[in-house]
Amino acid sequence: MQPLTKKVKQVERKPMTFLERLYLPEIFKGMAITFSHIFKKVPTVSYPEQTRPFAKVFRGLHVLNRDEEGREKCTACGLCALACPAEAITMEAAERVRGEENLYREERYAAKYEINMLRCIFCGLCEEACPKDAIYLSETFAPANYQRKGFIYGKEDLLIPNPLTQPEEYEKAKGERAPATQ
Amino acid sequence: MYSQTEILKEPEINSSNSAEGELVINIGPQHPATHGVLHLVVTLNGETVKKVEPHLGYIHRSIEKMCESLSYRQFIYVTSRMDYLSAHVNNHACAMTVEKAMQIEVPTRAQYIRVIMDELTRIASHELWWGALAMDLGAFTPFFYAFRERETINDIMEQTCGARLTMNYMVPGGVMADIHPSFQQKVKDFIKLFKSNIDEYDELVTGSVIFQSRMKGVGCLSKEDAISYGCTGPVARGSGVHCDIRKIYPYEIYKQVEFNEIIETAGDSFSRYLVRIKEMKESIKIIEQLIDNIPEGDYQAKTKAVLKLPKGEFYTRVETARGELGVYIVSEGGTTPYRIKFRSPGFSNLSALDHMVRGSKIGDLMATMGTLDLVIPDIDR
Ligand code: SF4
Ligand code: SF4
Repeated sequence: MQPLTKKVKQVERKPMTFLERLYLPEIFKGMAITFSHIFKKVPTVSYPEQTRPFAKVFRGLHVLNRDEEGREKCTACGLCALACPAEAITMEAAERVRGEENLYREERYAAKYEINMLRCIFCGLCEEACPKDAIYLSETFAPANYQRKGFIYGKEDLLIPNPLTQPEEYEKAKGERAPATQ
Repeated sequence: MYSQTEILKEPEINSSNSAEGELVINIGPQHPATHGVLHLVVTLNGETVKKVEPHLGYIHRSIEKMCESLSYRQFIYVTSRMDYLSAHVNNHACAMTVEKAMQIEVPTRAQYIRVIMDELTRIASHELWWGALAMDLGAFTPFFYAFRERETINDIMEQTCGARLTMNYMVPGGVMADIHPSFQQKVKDFIKLFKSNIDEYDELVTGSVIFQSRMKGVGCLSKEDAISYGCTGPVARGSGVHCDIRKIYPYEIYKQVEFNEIIETAGDSFSRYLVRIKEMKESIKIIEQLIDNIPEGDYQAKTKAVLKLPKGEFYTRVETARGELGVYIVSEGGTTPYRIKFRSPGFSNLSALDHMVRGSKIGDLMATMGTLDLVIPDIDR
């Protein structure tokens, strides 16, 4: 048959020889290849005893950030919820009252902030949308759970530990992707 | 009120469904060989297949409808969930449609990165298909070997894109982030690894006579039928149809790279197999040409924060690992599409299955279906 263009590459075919038509040599040849792999380097890791570090840019579980004085950065502006293609974020805003200045950085804060991890597609658009650097995706992923409601992460799960009172936990939760504190 | 038995008693259904000695069985929706939730209603006479009826809809998530409520930045990411094995190419098609409509000029650097990523995705997808096909035929080891190489690609993706399977790396106007500093080195390492291992694939599976006799002359699809069923991708090229979108309607920088379109004329399962194996090698060739020449510059064109497409209809197509993916957007001029339609390659390829396996044995049904490389979420969307 005529190839339609010059750019086309036709693949050749040969008939089988008698030796090939006996299946036994083929079986042994295949076996030889698979057995030779016993002596090669093992490409797997034995999870969960060993774990493999994630890349620095890996988009995993969200972190709600605090500034260096331990105040929550989020102002409940709702831009992240608007940007989210999966509609995974819900929040309730509240006004800061006097005496809470050490808790929240601005006048408004998120009284309730929930991300449904079953809906989330870990695209990172919320991080991109946030004007306050209040949310970012860390390089861990949501652990398994027995119930669906366990995947709805509230503020207590997402909020990073306070850097002043719990510096060790803060460092651990911070991860590599954290935006530079300003 | 009716019951199931009463319906079956109706004479015309009786005559068409169960002629003398015929048996109707269900394969799927939960069946390891369908690689997803595909439901085949197979009519058998003894071991001979009389008819295959695919039933779809088990994984329908109405992605097209969902996209109508999403902005032009958001909808791209949802489409990763259609053909998850070439998620990157899906994103590419959507981003390209938006760029075409808004006449955004994509920087050359972004084009290079996109094409390299596309080809890596193609290799990863073909690797998985190769492993799964061998598994369908009863050989389990190739599956592990395929995953070993695929893992390397996933690592490269993770390092640059931030995720391993649904990368979400494309944005209208370019790519989301610049490539990782060690990206080029890692890709070169992968090419080396792949080249040393592809021979093993040939020895273990392609050259194996047992494999060949399961494949040759099975599930034949003539060139005319491939065209009339609308098959694209390796399925159509295995039947001798010249249909590579990268050649016919070159997009991005495919016009500048040197590669062959692989065509086999026999039209049986083995030719579809050969087409994919050779395509992996061609993809390596494309990457080799580009990887050292990624130009400096921006990786993303400057775009407005809120994208608005002009009024009209826009269509683009790309070549995914499975065939031609078309994205059709109708815009009313707003921030969300009025209507989106995806032309997925898997759907038309599946429609040819009945024609291909009629009259063959039930064992060949699985072998043939394996060579179609079906991804069910792509068919159902
Ligand atoms: S990562 Fe994406 S899907 Fe998940 S909450 Fe953020 S914007 Fe929504
Ligand atoms: S996380 Fe950022 S974008 Fe979301 S509500 Fe808080 S401040 Fe606004």
